[in-house]
Amino acid sequence: MNFISAGFRTLVYKESLRFWKVATQTIAAPILTAMLYLLIFGHVLEGRVTVYAGVTYTAFLIPGLVMMSILQNAFANSSSSLIQSKITGNLVFVLLTPLSHWEIFSAYVIAAMARGLAVGLGVFIATTWFAHLSFVWPLWIVVFALLGAAILGTMGLIAGIWAEKFDQLAAFQNFLIMPLTFLSGVFYSIHSLPPFWLTISHLNPFFYMIDGFRYGFFGQSDVNPLVSVAIVSGFLVALSLLAIRLLRSGYRLRH
Amino acid sequence: MTAIQISNVEKRYKSLQALGGVSLAIEEGEFFGLLGPNGAGKTTLISIIAGLIRPDAGSVAIHGHDVTADFRNARKKLGVVPQELVFDPFFTVRETLRLQSGYFGLANNDAWIDEVMHNLDLTNKADVNMRALSGGMKRRVLVAQALVHKPPVIVLDEPTAGVDVELRQTLWKFISRLNREGHTVVLTTHYLEEAQAMCKRVAMLKSGQVVALDSMASLIRRISGSQLMVNLSHGDLTDDLRHLVTHPETSEHGKKYSLRINEYAEVEQILTRLRTSGAVIDEMQLQQADLEDIFLQIMDKGTV
Repeated sequence: MNFISAGFRTLVYKESLRFWKVATQTIAAPILTAMLYLLIFGHVLEGRVTVYAGVTYTAFLIPGLVMMSILQNAFANSSSSLIQSKITGNLVFVLLTPLSHWEIFSAYVIAAMARGLAVGLGVFIATTWFAHLSFVWPLWIVVFALLGAAILGTMGLIAGIWAEKFDQLAAFQNFLIMPLTFLSGVFYSIHSLPPFWLTISHLNPFFYMIDGFRYGFFGQSDVNPLVSVAIVSGFLVALSLLAIRLLRSGYRLRH
Repeated sequence: MTAIQISNVEKRYKSLQALGGVSLAIEEGEFFGLLGPNGAGKTTLISIIAGLIRPDAGSVAIHGHDVTADFRNARKKLGVVPQELVFDPFFTVRETLRLQSGYFGLANNDAWIDEVMHNLDLTNKADVNMRALSGGMKRRVLVAQALVHKPPVIVLDEPTAGVDVELRQTLWKFISRLNREGHTVVLTTHYLEEAQAMCKRVAMLKSGQVVALDSMASLIRRISGSQLMVNLSHGDLTDDLRHLVTHPETSEHGKKYSLRINEYAEVEQILTRLRTSGAVIDEMQLQQADLEDIFLQIMDKGTV
């Protein structure tokens, strides 16, 4: 197993070049969307909602939007690349090569992380002017950004392998990724929820990604960040094992 | 050395037996034809060789490397031109070829990429996006992609389907050169005249089974021989010649027969018999059997 083989590097480059060539759609558009969320929710709720003492709602919202952008775009990159390649048939160019399952998995996930983190950075830069943000634990910010991007890149890969039609992928995105993202505390603290939904939120792995990420900024969180990083890491390992198993078996790729 | 060893390969799609125990050995340096009607299992077999489809039973090895257990080495030895006209719309021709080369670990391969593009008349399209190419040009890029890593075994699945004469000539010139240089070539095509012109040995598949496997010359000689067509304006065949008739017809001006002959010397004997019986030959034509005749005979009978 050679993670830095020329073949692996080429696939990372190709998957990155693919989204970079349409950066207006893949990077600029999601940054604009996140800014609209900030403008609308920030304007409506600023001064009405206080989540953490000494933290304005807009400041609270920005890390949530950054993380949401990272997650959604990491998922979009690997899933859309794979489903497009499957449906148009050009996935054969990758399947005919000596690339191993590990190399294919790692390349798709790394490129997905690159897009997710590029959009997240863009959202951060574009929104940071709207509120004063502190950086209490920068390392946690980086750790949760990387883990979140890797998890959603892996989920995108799994969805791309599983889906055989665009509407199946859309269903995966709309009925799984979107609810998990919006119910993860991007716009609120889960402690403002009724007890039932508070319990449900603790079953959502996305909640731990956003809560841990926000901890890096404010030094405050709903859950201990060590617990969050353990849960998120465990989730990443489980998903990675599943994705690699699917690739190795050729599930819906090699018939 | 055996370039491709196919051993008892079976593949079933629900109730359809796509391949029923196919075994073939294609030697290094051969120009080998894989022929058969639609649905015979040719593309399934090629997809199994390429590792795109997994067989239910049996095995395939490329230069001794099993396509499943040792897929990395097997795929390095293999270049496949798929039948479907697929392309990645994000990239130019040169980017497409550089990426494909890179997947095989060849990061600095521009000299060979330029040579492949030159030989396939793609040089002036190098920086054109794949979307902007005609179907024929896309087909050339598919061929170029299969060759970027200089594979010793080249598999072409219907490479000239729907393309113009110019590409066919360009393609066959280049592929023939590669074959002369030692590359093994496996071809499937619906253009039997192409197979006859290019392939030294052929296998014919029918319903997932190999129904003929021989050298082209031997197949043509063994199965059909030649046809002597005679149109008789007066008289008829003598009884001792009737067993040679393959296609009896009645023409406007008399009786028309196609007679099977194995050697040219038989022509004189037949003409002598007809003259002595009083028959008058109005028209006569000698036709060499071709692959199409053989193909039709085999597909009719199901075996040689």
